[in-house]
Amino acid sequence: MNKKVSQNIAFFIFKFFGVLVIGILFSIIGFIGYNGIQVISWEFLTEFPKEGMTSGGIFPAIVGTFYLVVGSLIFAFPLGVMSAIYTTEYAGKGWIVRIIRIMTNNLASIPSIVFGLFGMALFVNKLNFGDSILAGSLTLGLLVLPLIIRTSEEALLAVPQSYREGSLALGATKLQTIRRIVLPAAFGNIITGLILSIGRVSGETAPILFTVAAYFLPKLPSGIFDQAMALPYHLYVLATSGTDLEASRPMAYGTALVLILIVLIMNLIASFFRKKL
Amino acid sequence: MIEAKNIDFYYGNFQALKNISMKIEPKTVTAFIGPSGCGKSTFLRIFNRMNDLIKDTQMEGECLINGQNIYDKSINIDNLRKDVGMVFQKPNPFPKSIFENVAYGLRVNNMGDKSFIGQRVEESLKDAALWDEVKDKLNKSAYELSGGQQQRLCIARALAVKPSIILMDEPASALDPISTSKIEELIHNLKNQYTIVIVTHNMQQAARVSDNTGFFMLGELIEYSNTKKMFLNPEKETTQNYITGRFG
Ligand SMILES: Nc1ncnc2c1ncn2[C@@H]1O[C@H](COP(=O)(O)OP(=O)(O)OP(=O)(O)O)[C@@H](O)[C@H]1O
Ligand SMILES: [Mg+2]
Repeated sequence: MNKKVSQNIAFFIFKFFGVLVIGILFSIIGFIGYNGIQVISWEFLTEFPKEGMTSGGIFPAIVGTFYLVVGSLIFAFPLGVMSAIYTTEYAGKGWIVRIIRIMTNNLASIPSIVFGLFGMALFVNKLNFGDSILAGSLTLGLLVLPLIIRTSEEALLAVPQSYREGSLALGATKLQTIRRIVLPAAFGNIITGLILSIGRVSGETAPILFTVAAYFLPKLPSGIFDQAMALPYHLYVLATSGTDLEASRPMAYGTALVLILIVLIMNLIASFFRKKL
Repeated sequence: MIEAKNIDFYYGNFQALKNISMKIEPKTVTAFIGPSGCGKSTFLRIFNRMNDLIKDTQMEGECLINGQNIYDKSINIDNLRKDVGMVFQKPNPFPKSIFENVAYGLRVNNMGDKSFIGQRVEESLKDAALWDEVKDKLNKSAYELSGGQQQRLCIARALAVKPSIILMDEPASALDPISTSKIEELIHNLKNQYTIVIVTHNMQQAARVSDNTGFFMLGELIEYSNTKKMFLNPEKETTQNYITGRFG
């Protein structure tokens, strides 16, 4: 077989699998989109579930997910950015930093259900927060912390060393240099990490399962110690434990579509931010 | 007055400077020349303690500025760096507006109010021979300027905090001939007010701009004297060989 032919065959195989993957991806999105779009309406987005979740909407789940996103990031974002500042700007390249890196990488690969269990043991039981938005937010916060730390570290490391030198050479302190030069320069990429985290937090089911998620609530949560409904868990409920599974199936597709859209839109915004830099 | 006394400097185990002593008079231009890797930049960065930023380094000896040992524990490094400005080889303006680049040093050092800062920015840009080119676009990003303009902006930025010494590490090496001659002219004009130390690879440049020249090789200061004398009648043969281009 001559070179050209084997080249062409290899190319064909790569192309085939590439197209296959894209095809699979699109058929998933298409399937959900097609089935979901039929139930999505203004009422679906703004009303409570009705008639044993076979009609009505998913409003409380949207609100709950919103609370959980805000709650977890209020906690995880500053913590993640600060620890990234510590490891990149202060700690140098010593063993402490290496250990922190290994820990965050390991933290990132722990299955999310384990976070759920841990959150239940610590926040729900030990600290006595009960099943609550607070406990769920903290658990989700722990889950995305490694993602925020890693994206922030990358953002800070991408800031040219010459900016720091230029600032210090003018008599600026290290803190002034970080606040006025390094952070503004890294801002876009740090925000990218934040937006990716929003997508991640809104889609996770396992961490909220034992810490906050409610099967059904007749009214919206009124404080951080209340339980909440949330989109991914609501989807699970609709698909597995409604009163009439057949009848609530369309509602499940609608919920799935809303969830996918939130995640996709967040990722799109994130890549837009990243491109600008 | 800068006075370096028996300075040794190490990167890890590697000795980059070997027992260097040198006196630099106020309001003069001093050039450092020598082959690549001989320690010119390292020595220059001794004067504003920029080497402190590099991990795993060690310095021995003393460096006095106006009689004060700048490596003494009581020294405030930020104040030292405000007094000893630096211009880097590659122009490194901040990703901010032209105005904010020059104002930066004033802001971080809490120097003066808004109108004072405005005045000082204009003054510094004029001193750096950049004002006429940028006065209509002070709020534009510094990165809209050409390389030569960026470098003069970095000089203006250094001048704004009124240092007494300005260190320049090959400030024109990334620039075209016209920008280079502008910078040289600038150095000539700044000499009345500042002590300038400049590293350069360009022999003619050293001859044109400096009063005194130090020739470095392999971490040692081989010869240090009046520039005219150095170029017309050097004491050492190595110096002669280097400046006539026989190596390096
Ligand atoms: N950060 C560093 N870590 C380790 N070694 C270094 C470091 N910086 C410089 N050196 C070494 O110290 C020596 C002197 O370097 P320096 O940058 O002072 O030379 P230079 O005379 O400025 O050279 P050039 O003309 O190329 O700029 C070189 O051998 C270099 O390899
Ligand atoms: Mg150098």
